[in-house]
Amino acid sequence: MITRAEVEHIASLSRLHFHEQDVDRLRHDLSRILDYVQTLSELDLADVPPTAHAVALKNVFRPDEPRPGIEQSAAMANGPHVERGQFVVPRIG
Amino acid sequence: MDVRNLSAVECRALLASREVSAQELVRLYIDRIEAVDGDVRAFLAVDAEGALRRAAAVDATDPADRRPWEGVPIALKDVLCVEGWETTCGSRILAGYRPPYDATAVAKLREAGVILLGRLNMDEFAMGSSTENSGYHATRNPWDLDRVPGGSSGGSAACVAAAEAPWTLGTDTGGSIRQPASLCGVVGFKPTYGAVSRYGLVAFASSLDQIGPLTGCVTDAAALLEIIAGHDPRDSTSTGLPEPIRLPTATDLVGKRFGVVTEYMGDACEPGVRQVFDQAVAAVTALGGRCEEVSLPSVEKGIAAYYIIAPAEASSNLARFDGVRYGHRTVHSDNLLEMYTRTRSEGFGAEVKRRIMIGTYVLSSGYYEAYYGQAQKTRTLIVRDFERAFARVDYLISPTSPTVAFKVGERTDDPLAMYLSDLCTIPVNLAGLPGISLPAGFSEGLPVGVQIVGPHFSEQGLIDVAYALEQRLDIKARPVLGEVRP
Repeated sequence: MITRAEVEHIASLSRLHFHEQDVDRLRHDLSRILDYVQTLSELDLADVPPTAHAVALKNVFRPDEPRPGIEQSAAMANGPHVERGQFVVPRIG
Repeated sequence: MDVRNLSAVECRALLASREVSAQELVRLYIDRIEAVDGDVRAFLAVDAEGALRRAAAVDATDPADRRPWEGVPIALKDVLCVEGWETTCGSRILAGYRPPYDATAVAKLREAGVILLGRLNMDEFAMGSSTENSGYHATRNPWDLDRVPGGSSGGSAACVAAAEAPWTLGTDTGGSIRQPASLCGVVGFKPTYGAVSRYGLVAFASSLDQIGPLTGCVTDAAALLEIIAGHDPRDSTSTGLPEPIRLPTATDLVGKRFGVVTEYMGDACEPGVRQVFDQAVAAVTALGGRCEEVSLPSVEKGIAAYYIIAPAEASSNLARFDGVRYGHRTVHSDNLLEMYTRTRSEGFGAEVKRRIMIGTYVLSSGYYEAYYGQAQKTRTLIVRDFERAFARVDYLISPTSPTVAFKVGERTDDPLAMYLSDLCTIPVNLAGLPGISLPAGFSEGLPVGVQIVGPHFSEQGLIDVAYALEQRLDIKARPVLGEVRP
């Protein structure tokens, strides 16, 4: 079973917080899923190349030409807190 | 006019012959939505005013100047950006988000003259197989309101089944078009990876996601695919289709070879599903097709690979939801890290959090090779399985879902059991193949779908084959809904 410390570590990497009462349930669910997907580690795949993408496309290029984009005001219209054309966030530390 | 038996192609014909005006047609569907959606709850929002305004503009246009699908209504899964509408992906974290642009598929619908009716419910960020994971409400199956419509495009499938729109768009990452289509008794088509641009589709797992049609018949699926497919410079993974899609006319399957997948037989499916599937195979044979058994030995391992790859990609894609540029932001935070963490913890639902956790775990230091590395190699095994199969047969045929629609709440406590219900659909996404689910019959009064899968870019062949089978099976039953409501 995945440990409480592991859940807390992964949660902090994921920028998620779980309430104390939910952690045991989460440990149970994650452990079942991870135990299941871990069955792949039994396969000998040393000689098999990985597939990242199902369709073989590489390095798609286009000419680097300026094109009109969306206006700054439209791009920022959804910001929860915007001032003077900038996104405002709380201080870092 | 009975909206319940109206296809999109018939809508187009009625508009062209002026038997019905665009405003009458849109009003017909809005009335239908008002009559039945209180029960089905397929929609997150209906833009009645916008749709009627567009319809009035269509009616004011000279028929000679009209575009091909001018006035035919559609509804969209709430994962496609529509300029001016709210787009939430069924998530509270995107509540109030209004995209500044249209997804390419949406822009193509507008160019064709299609009228947008509203946006449809889904499992949050397309993660789920029942539409119970929506951050807003659960959608019900029109055939039995105590059952789920499947997912994640459950709203799109239920909407068509309930005749609230003639056709809809959904998205499919591991079966999210085909499985709900199967459970709701409609046609669902997942195109070859790259056939349809993903620009403006909110990403779940980028190497697997594809947009596709959910419709009442194969002909409508062909027509809708033709509208939305195409290379798009804004999606570097898009390829389009080699040729325009023609509406199907095939009446037999003579000379076509079909592979029945060994791994999906045995105990993999419930008996009622198996029975309908066997009848579909008999129909294929009766139409002149040749069926033989083929093996895809790695498909079971494919489910495990999928539940590493998809969450890994999702954990990365969903990192952008941090409360800075759009969507929900927590009201309580003293510093930036706390703002991120609280915003995400408040905005995402339980299943999305689970998948972000799994994805982050399998990508984290020390586990990457054992999980993600092995999963990518397993993906190669799946690709090779299909290549071997398609060296012997033209198409693969299987049930779409191992079960009929299950009861609301039945599987919410067991995420792994929910995952395993995607056995027949997931391998198709891993290999990037096109697949169609079409209604094949009923078990216990609930629809059962059959899935046909072909090689990359075999869309036209799949549509022709599915059409021939659809004509032969000739399923006419429709769900009974809201007929007595005021």
